[in-house]
Amino acid sequence: MENQKSIAETENEIIEDFKLLDSWDEDQKYEYIIDMGKKLPELEERYKTAENIIKGCQSTVWLAADFSNGKVYFKADSNSVITKGLISMLIQVLSGRTADEIITARLDFINKIGMHSHLAQTRSNGLLSMVKQMKNYALAFKAKQTQHQ
Amino acid sequence: MITSAAIQKELDVYAIRQQFPVLNREVKGKPLVYFDNAATSQKPQSVIDALVNYYSGYNANIHRGIHTLAEEATAAFEATRDAVKQFINAAAREEIIFTRGTTESINLVAYTWGRQNIKAGDEIIISTMEHHSNIVPWQVLCEEKGAVLKVIPINDEGELLMDAYEKLLSAKTKLVSIVHVSNALGTVNPVKQIIDLAHAAGAVVMIDGAQSSVHLDIDVQKMNADFFAFSSHKLYGPTGVGVLYGKKQLLESMPVFQGGGEMIKEVSFEKTIYADLPYKFEAGTPNIAGTIVFKTALDFINTTGKTKIRAHENELLGYATGLLEQIPGLQIIGRAKEKVSLISFVVDKIHSQDIGILLDNRGIAVRTGHHCAQPLMQRCGITGTTRASFAVYNTKEEIDELIKGLHKVIKMLA
Repeated sequence: MENQKSIAETENEIIEDFKLLDSWDEDQKYEYIIDMGKKLPELEERYKTAENIIKGCQSTVWLAADFSNGKVYFKADSNSVITKGLISMLIQVLSGRTADEIITARLDFINKIGMHSHLAQTRSNGLLSMVKQMKNYALAFKAKQTQHQ
Repeated sequence: MITSAAIQKELDVYAIRQQFPVLNREVKGKPLVYFDNAATSQKPQSVIDALVNYYSGYNANIHRGIHTLAEEATAAFEATRDAVKQFINAAAREEIIFTRGTTESINLVAYTWGRQNIKAGDEIIISTMEHHSNIVPWQVLCEEKGAVLKVIPINDEGELLMDAYEKLLSAKTKLVSIVHVSNALGTVNPVKQIIDLAHAAGAVVMIDGAQSSVHLDIDVQKMNADFFAFSSHKLYGPTGVGVLYGKKQLLESMPVFQGGGEMIKEVSFEKTIYADLPYKFEAGTPNIAGTIVFKTALDFINTTGKTKIRAHENELLGYATGLLEQIPGLQIIGRAKEKVSLISFVVDKIHSQDIGILLDNRGIAVRTGHHCAQPLMQRCGITGTTRASFAVYNTKEEIDELIKGLHKVIKMLA
């Protein structure tokens, strides 16, 4: 799927969606995230390999990346539906972008929708490690691309 | 003096709650329901006050000072040793070693007694339900010495298979190190029987009392444990303070753990003469404030009365178990006949982390994950559980909140 909107535009869409929710009701935010998690297609078994695992203390995330026509495409899954929802948003923002776009993405939307606690050390679902791993894939593809040029 | 509270047959939980200031706070706009007591308990006002009093009244380094403050701090520090001796009925105050916590206590034994006594081919027995801190130190030791780690299996209820234990024991067994109460299942293990059998085989026994010491009456002499370890912070006391109890003749025969100040009698570059027990194992400046205040926490438990506390906690356990069992798709992990007030459970197709996050939105603090007992989780065929653990200040109304919360959360996640 070609991503026509910029990263900032996609982030803004998510932020706007969250603004429609009652900011005092944490459940509403999580219902949105859970819904995103449930909608993200289950990852095919062949991608659920040891090397695709990002192991947090509690939930497990599988993240796979493909590179075609100069863009990076992500696929992911998790055994925690909330974690899966959070990755789903990251995929929405980062998948189908160039390596450079991914590397420089600041991902401010995570703070703006009030999910920054998931970036903290105390939350062991490792949103931070997911972001890092996505950027690492982009860096690796970029290095490969430069080699081939 | 007999107070009116002491005469009352049942514990007045609402009066107890007033002693714990943190229980007045809100989390995410809801009154806090604290069910993570097996990780650490909250602290009563008396403990908080004692900590402030120490720092504002008599803060000093202990044992070597000639001035008044040092004398007062030393006296208070040593008073805790006497209180601990009494709390676990040790034979002598020298048998009480202060550490940073249960983990350090176990490591102390592994590094000193273990290194001195374990040889290639020797066997160390632990169980399937051990916390990582009662697995890893022995694994390290076994690797270093070429010794073998043996593991007592459990049944589906989460109880040790005593027949299998007896079969594991042999002349090769040098040490048995077992948890008194499982932090993940709540199972109370038959430690007296475990110790007697080990002793008959000629082995030394270490008991991890991190979870048991707050709930059960501990009598190390009656139990006949060679080593017993526990932590202050699970007994309404400060963090960073632990106890290693050891039989005097064993402690005396052991080499030192860490070298430094406090643990010496005389130092020259040729030779150091070590201090007597218990100071031999207490190198460096300890957690003076925390250790002093630990006594205040023990006073709180003694004044409230362990029997009363246990009766209250058992009632909470029964009440919560009954209600949790009615939730469709919920399975309690750990159905031992003897349990403390701690319930682990899993819900069909729902990750415990998601339950924990959504309960937190309701101000309810539970612990989720593998509870530092990954081998146990593997034995149970799961990756983690949600754990609610109850303390003296918890109420049935709070359990009702948990049940209500769980119904909503499961609906959201299913």
